[in-house]
Amino acid sequence: MNLILHVWRQASPTARGRFETYTANDVNEEMSFLEMLDVVNEQLIANNQEPIAFEHDCREGICGSCGVVVNGEPHGPHRGGATCQLHLRHFKSGDEIWIEPFRAKAFPVLKDLIVDRGALDRIIQAGGYVSVRTGSAPDANAVLVPKQYAEQAMNAAECIGCGACVAACPNAAAMLFTAAKVSHLALLPQGQPERTQRVEGMVARVNAEAFGHCTNHGACEAACPKGISVDFIARLNRELLKAAVLPPQEP
Amino acid sequence: MLLDAKIPGGPLASKWSEHILHSKLVNPANKRKYHVLVVGSGLAGASAAATLAELGYQVSCFCFQDSPRRAHSIAAQGGINAAKNYPNDGDSVARLFYDTIKGGDFRSREANVHRLAEVSSNIIDQCVAQGVPFAREYSGLLDNRSFGGAPVSRTFYARGQTGQQLLLGAYQALSRQIGLGTVKMHPRTELLDLIVVDGACRGIVVRDLVSGQISSHLGDAVVLGTGGYSNVFYLSTNALGCNTTAIWRAHRRGAGFANPCYTQIHPTCIPQSGDYQSKLTLMSESLRNDGRIWVPRTPGDRRNPANIPDGERDYYLERLYPSFGNLCPRDIASRRAKEQVDSGRGVGELSNGVYLDFSEAIGRLGQPTIQARYGNLFDMYARITGEDPYRVPMRIYPAPHYTMGGLWVDYNLMSTIPGLHVVGEANFSDHGANRLGASALMQGLADGYFVLPVTIGNYLAGPRPAPLAADAAAVRAVEDEVRQRVSKLVDNDGDLSPTHFHRELGRIVWNYCGMGRNAAGLRTALDQIPVLREEFHARVRVPGSGESLNQALERAGRVADYFELAELLCRDALEREESCGGHFREEHQTEEGEARRDDVNFAHVAVWEWTGASGQQRRHTEPLAYEAVELTQRSYK
Repeated sequence: MNLILHVWRQASPTARGRFETYTANDVNEEMSFLEMLDVVNEQLIANNQEPIAFEHDCREGICGSCGVVVNGEPHGPHRGGATCQLHLRHFKSGDEIWIEPFRAKAFPVLKDLIVDRGALDRIIQAGGYVSVRTGSAPDANAVLVPKQYAEQAMNAAECIGCGACVAACPNAAAMLFTAAKVSHLALLPQGQPERTQRVEGMVARVNAEAFGHCTNHGACEAACPKGISVDFIARLNRELLKAAVLPPQEP
Repeated sequence: MLLDAKIPGGPLASKWSEHILHSKLVNPANKRKYHVLVVGSGLAGASAAATLAELGYQVSCFCFQDSPRRAHSIAAQGGINAAKNYPNDGDSVARLFYDTIKGGDFRSREANVHRLAEVSSNIIDQCVAQGVPFAREYSGLLDNRSFGGAPVSRTFYARGQTGQQLLLGAYQALSRQIGLGTVKMHPRTELLDLIVVDGACRGIVVRDLVSGQISSHLGDAVVLGTGGYSNVFYLSTNALGCNTTAIWRAHRRGAGFANPCYTQIHPTCIPQSGDYQSKLTLMSESLRNDGRIWVPRTPGDRRNPANIPDGERDYYLERLYPSFGNLCPRDIASRRAKEQVDSGRGVGELSNGVYLDFSEAIGRLGQPTIQARYGNLFDMYARITGEDPYRVPMRIYPAPHYTMGGLWVDYNLMSTIPGLHVVGEANFSDHGANRLGASALMQGLADGYFVLPVTIGNYLAGPRPAPLAADAAAVRAVEDEVRQRVSKLVDNDGDLSPTHFHRELGRIVWNYCGMGRNAAGLRTALDQIPVLREEFHARVRVPGSGESLNQALERAGRVADYFELAELLCRDALEREESCGGHFREEHQTEEGEARRDDVNFAHVAVWEWTGASGQQRRHTEPLAYEAVELTQRSYK
C-alpha cells in the first residue's frame, strides 16, 4: 500500500514548525505505524535528509515512550493501544495521514514529534509514592489487601505515563494521569499514612505546571492506551475534598 | 588481570550475613560527602539510586530515556521469584538456590546465587510496602503461581505487567529522593565513556541527547545498571534503545567482560513478518502452561492447521520430554523449535514458526477460563498478527531476550576497575549459562535494594584516591576522545544508514551465534564481522549535526559498539568447547541432541581483558568451585 504523510517538522524548541509531506510507498498492512516511519526515515537518510525524530523504545505498548497524534487522535484511530501498537491494517492505500506531536503547553516540543513530558515526572516527585525506606518493610503478608481493592488499584496503576490523556484533553489537563496514581495508592492500606499530603502535593504540582483544569470531557479515557477510567478522577476529587475538610491524620 | 571474587569463607548459608558483618561502613555523618553516579534507571539502577540516597549518599542518576520510568525492565511480564513458601509447597532458600544453580547449568557462583535466594523474600516485602499491587487471593493474601516449569509456586505477579509495577515502585522510590533533592536526575543523557585515572573509575563522560553537549561528571564511585546486549542480534525482544555502550566502554577502559556467549533465546515470541521488522514481541511463557506446541509431521505441509489431523501433527516437546512436555526449560524449547523450522516443518507465511495451540485447553476449560488466564496476551497477539488465537493456533518462534553474560564483578558487585560497580543484567553474576523465568526481576532488585548498598561501603570506606579536578588533563582527554568519536560519525561521508549495518550485523550473529553454534560457523562470523565493521566506519551516514537531538547519531554510536561486542561474543562461543545452558555447541551434544557440558575443562567463568584492539582480548578464567551442590546433567525427560 502507499500512504501520503503530512508530518510535523520542527528543528528545535524555539524553531518554527511546519508540516512536510512525504510518501510511504510499498508499505504493507502487517507493519506497525512506527515501522512505517522507520521505512520513511531510511529513505530520508538515503536522500541525505534528516530523519523524522520520534520517541519510541519498547514498541510493545508498555514503556510509554511513544506517542504522536495521528489524524487528530493521540495514538491514532485504534482504541486501547499506544502508537507502537497501531498497525497499518487500520489504513488503506492512498490514505492521507497527518502526524503531529502531542500538543500541550506543558509538553514543549523538543524536535519534530518529540515533546518534553518532564512535568509528569515532577507530579510523581511531589508525592506519588509511599515513603518506605529500603529494609524497613514488614512481612509482605502482614497486611491484608482485599482482592477487589488490589484489582482496582492495579487498574489505576497500569498507567504507562505516555501523556496521551493530556494531548487528548481540550484543556490539556493532567487529571487522569494524576488521578491514576492518587487512586492506586489511596486504594491500598500501604498508601494510607500519606494519603492527605499525597493528593495535596500532587495537585499543587499539577497547578504549578502549565496544565489546564479538568472539566470532565472524558477525552482522556478514550485516548488512554490502557483504558484507565475517568472514575479515578472522581476519586481524586473526593480525596482532595477529604483532605481539605477532614482534620489531618484522622481516618 | 587479577580476578579475586572475594567470596567470604565459612558455610554457604552464612556467607552473606558474615560478609555484611565484616563489610566496611561509611560513617552516617560522612555519607553525604560521597557522590555516587548511577547509570541506568531500570530495576537495578533505580533501586540502587533510591536506596543509596536514603542512606545519605549524594547520588546522580542518568538515563537515555526521557524519564527514568521507561527503562526496559518495564516490559517484563511474568513475575518475580521469592522463597517465601507462602503456598507451603516445600519451597525454601535452599531450594530456590538449587533450582537457580541447576537452571544456570552449573555455571554460576554458589555464593552469589545463595545470596540472591536469601534476599528474595525481602524484595517482596519491600515492593508490597511500596504499594506494588501484586495479585491477591480473596483472603487478601498474596497469590503465587508456578512459572517456567518451577516445581513450586514461588512466583509473585501483577497481571501480565509485573516488571512494570516493580519498576514503577522503584521509580517512585527514586522520585521521592529526587523530590527531596538527594538524587539529581539526568534524563535524556547517555554515557559515552568512563574516566579511569590511575586504575580507578572516577567519573563518566555523557552526551546530553537534546543539546548534544558533551560533559563529564566526577564521583567517588560509579554504578552501571545499563542492562543487557540482546540487540546485538538486531531483532530481539529488547526495547530499541537498549544498548551495550556503557558496559562496552567500561570493558575498553579495563573492565573484564565475562561469558559474553551466554545469551538467552526466549521460546515464545511472535515470528518475524518481514524485513522491515524492528523488534520481536515476547509473549509470557506462562502460555506454555496450557498451550500445546506442534508442527506438521510432513515438511512443507502448507495446509490450514484446522485441516491437519492429530495423527499428522508432531507434538515434539511432549514426545521428547514426556515428564516436562511443553514446560521444559527455555533453552531446550527454543532449540527444539529451531530444529523443526530448519527441517522444513515451520508454519506460517514465511515458514518461520511453530504452533502453540490452545484448542484442547479451550475444549477442556472453556474459553472464559482461558480468557481470564491469558486474555491480555491473546489480545496482544491478535493486535500484532491480525489473527484470532481463540480460533487459530498461535505461531511462535524463539527470539533473543536476555543476556546472562556481562561485566565481571566480584562478590561486592565491583568490576575489575576499582570504583566501578555493575548491577542487574549488565553484570554476569547470578544466572550462569541460563536464566530461569521470573529471576531477572529478582536479581535486578536484589542488587539494587539489598546487595550494592551494603557492599559499596567496602570501596568507599577504603583509601580515597587523590582529588581530581573537573578540568584535569585526564578528564579533558576522555571528553576530547568522545567528541572526536561523535564528529567522526557525523562528518563521515557515507551512504548507508546505521540501521542498515545493524540489521546486517544482526543477521551474521543470529545465523552463526544464535541458538546453535559450531566452530565453522563461528569462524565464518569472525571473518565477516570485521569486514562489515570496516564498511560501517567507511560508509555509515549520519545526517544532521552532533549539537542537537540526533537519533541517527545515537544509533550509529551504539551500532559501532555492537560490532566490537559481536566479535567477542563469537570468540567466546568458539573458545567454550562445550554446550551449557543458552550456549549450544552442535559439536557437543549427546546422542539424543541434549547439551553436553564439560565440567573438567570448562567449569569456569571466562573473563576477557581488553588489550587495545577489537578481537585482541585476552581470555582469563575464574574457576567455579562447588561445595554445596553436585554437578549433574540436567534432565527434563
